[in-house]
Amino acid sequence: MSYLERGYAEINELPPFPSEERMKKKSVAYVECPQPIPCSPCYESCPADAIKMDNINDPPIVDYEKCTGCMNCIRVCPGLAIFMLRLREDGKGEVTLQYEFLPWLKKGDKVELLNRKGEVVGTGIVNWVLPPERNDQTSLVRVEMDAKLIYEVRAVRKVRE
Amino acid sequence: MVQVKDGRLMEHPILNFRRGKEVTIYFNGKQIKAYEGETVASALYAAGIRVFSRSFRWHRPRGFFCAIGKCSACMMEVDGVPNVRTCKVYVRDGMQIRTQTGFPSAERDIFAISDKIIDRIFPHGSQYTKFNNKLIRDFVLSQLRKMTGFGNPPKKEFQGNASYEEIHCDVLVIGGGPAGMSAAINAGKYGAKVLLLDENPFLGGQLVKQTHRFFGSAKHKAGTRGIKIAKILEEELRKIPNVDVRLETKAFGIYGREVGAVEKDKLLRIIPKKIVVATGAYERTLIFENNDLPGVYGAGGVQTLMNVYGIKPGNRGLIVGSGNVGLILSYQLLQAGVEVSAIVEAMPRIGGYFVHAAKVRRLGVPIYVRHTILRALGKDRVEGAVIAQLDEKWKPIPGTEKKLDCDFICVAVGLSPTHELLYQAGCKMKFVPELGGLVPLRSKYNETSVKGVYIAGDVAGVEEATAAIMSGRIAAIHAIVELGMGGEEAKKELEEALKDIEEFRAGPFGERIVCGIEKCILASEVEL
Repeated sequence: MSYLERGYAEINELPPFPSEERMKKKSVAYVECPQPIPCSPCYESCPADAIKMDNINDPPIVDYEKCTGCMNCIRVCPGLAIFMLRLREDGKGEVTLQYEFLPWLKKGDKVELLNRKGEVVGTGIVNWVLPPERNDQTSLVRVEMDAKLIYEVRAVRKVRE
Repeated sequence: MVQVKDGRLMEHPILNFRRGKEVTIYFNGKQIKAYEGETVASALYAAGIRVFSRSFRWHRPRGFFCAIGKCSACMMEVDGVPNVRTCKVYVRDGMQIRTQTGFPSAERDIFAISDKIIDRIFPHGSQYTKFNNKLIRDFVLSQLRKMTGFGNPPKKEFQGNASYEEIHCDVLVIGGGPAGMSAAINAGKYGAKVLLLDENPFLGGQLVKQTHRFFGSAKHKAGTRGIKIAKILEEELRKIPNVDVRLETKAFGIYGREVGAVEKDKLLRIIPKKIVVATGAYERTLIFENNDLPGVYGAGGVQTLMNVYGIKPGNRGLIVGSGNVGLILSYQLLQAGVEVSAIVEAMPRIGGYFVHAAKVRRLGVPIYVRHTILRALGKDRVEGAVIAQLDEKWKPIPGTEKKLDCDFICVAVGLSPTHELLYQAGCKMKFVPELGGLVPLRSKYNETSVKGVYIAGDVAGVEEATAAIMSGRIAAIHAIVELGMGGEEAKKELEEALKDIEEFRAGPFGERIVCGIEKCILASEVEL
């Protein structure tokens, strides 16, 4: 079974995660785009030259040491395939992801955390938002969660009160 | 949850629906509220009407399917004019709409009995084989034909102002989608006198319903939403004064050096030096039990309904086909607050981009590869579907049937090029499955076997919008170079454009297209 049969990728089909030290320093872009497709906005948007792509069809490879966490790539990725990962000093983790659903999320919202298969694996709190109107209707949301969950949480859903 | 009122989406994460003035239309005499800017079919759909017509012979209910004027499921009588595709006509206050097949109406058709009862005695098709006597057979066939309906001729004479115009131009572009607009821009910028025709009242073709950000590189406008790309192209086009844009204009034939078209009530006789045909493609359907039931729609039709007119297609959809269209539609449905029951794919793997699949999978939409739809359930509208797993030989495995809950089914099994004009013009055609069906043979500059007739976009082979824009550029620049315009600069750009598309198609997704195109390069171009 490959990711193209399941619709989600297993860890061994994805690039290696950044080291814990790296994620503790600053947030870093993690790209889940294993298939060769003709697409390169992330590569073109990177000011730090941290994304390697020789041909437009190559899957992007991020140099975690060069990545400054500027979020240019996650703002433009048409595949919604880039996630910013961070481990905080206080032991919590943070995932920043693209969000295009109503109602829009706001700082402080409680959300259900979904993994790559769409299973609920916990709850988190939104602690930062780039509003949709500032990024052509794709909002960016940063969600605070258990540190170990940052490796699997790839979508969020607002908890209905 | 997304707010819905009267079947209409009141909000949307990406789109902003601007509805016009409220108007009243009459459907089989019944008052229906609609808004200016909506098509008749979409207004009827929003009002909950699902049966638009009856099949000719067995009076089976037929509903909405393609929403872009390619199928004929929505034909009705509008203000006394029969056979009007209601998905292409805009509502007007006081408009009288009647279904034309079925008695007394398509919704409650007494002849529907022929599908249920007569079918037991005379199974479908047996009218051709059951009667050995030719006289009896002819009589039965003629009676059966009487039961069918193609509408009645208009009761009064045409009252409009019919007129005629003759237009001479350097390049005629037929179709105002991404390929056509790109062709018009690239021919126009070198000073050619361009005429661009489109049958819709807007430019952009199918881009107007693409809410997702496009792939490609920055120079191909990647990261920009399809709806915005349509606007960018249109702005660019409108800046060129030597491009004449005619909307609501249908080209009906290419006769040697001349082209016939109808612009609203005006007949156009166009005498172009070069023609670029960019008519796009239409949706294919799939064979399964009850595939004609109202509620089985083309994926693009659902996108039009939902993203162009802001009408909620249903509560829970099943997607058949996991190409990019099916995957993107699933995501768009979720954005509009519609549940997606599942995505079913007959191939052993997902057909579209993995990232599109991952986007819906992580929101809990199951994707069944190596599965197919066996039948749609329901009497007058879809109430569910049965799917089953396929074995190595593509046969359903008994015992693997699964009933899925859904109230509409989107068929996203690919597109076929809208090749009719080219066929009529006498272009040499070939059936190439990689390109979606019957396509014309062409040179590497997209010129067909009829000199001066070019192709661009999906009609040359079903691909996607970015490639369509590139192919429009190639066709247009070659056409004007042939006309002696543009000089060295144009020649240089032409070679660049060729290199560009080659690079774009270099990956595994382009492989299929490249392989298809190799099969239909004109013999004169093949190097011996």
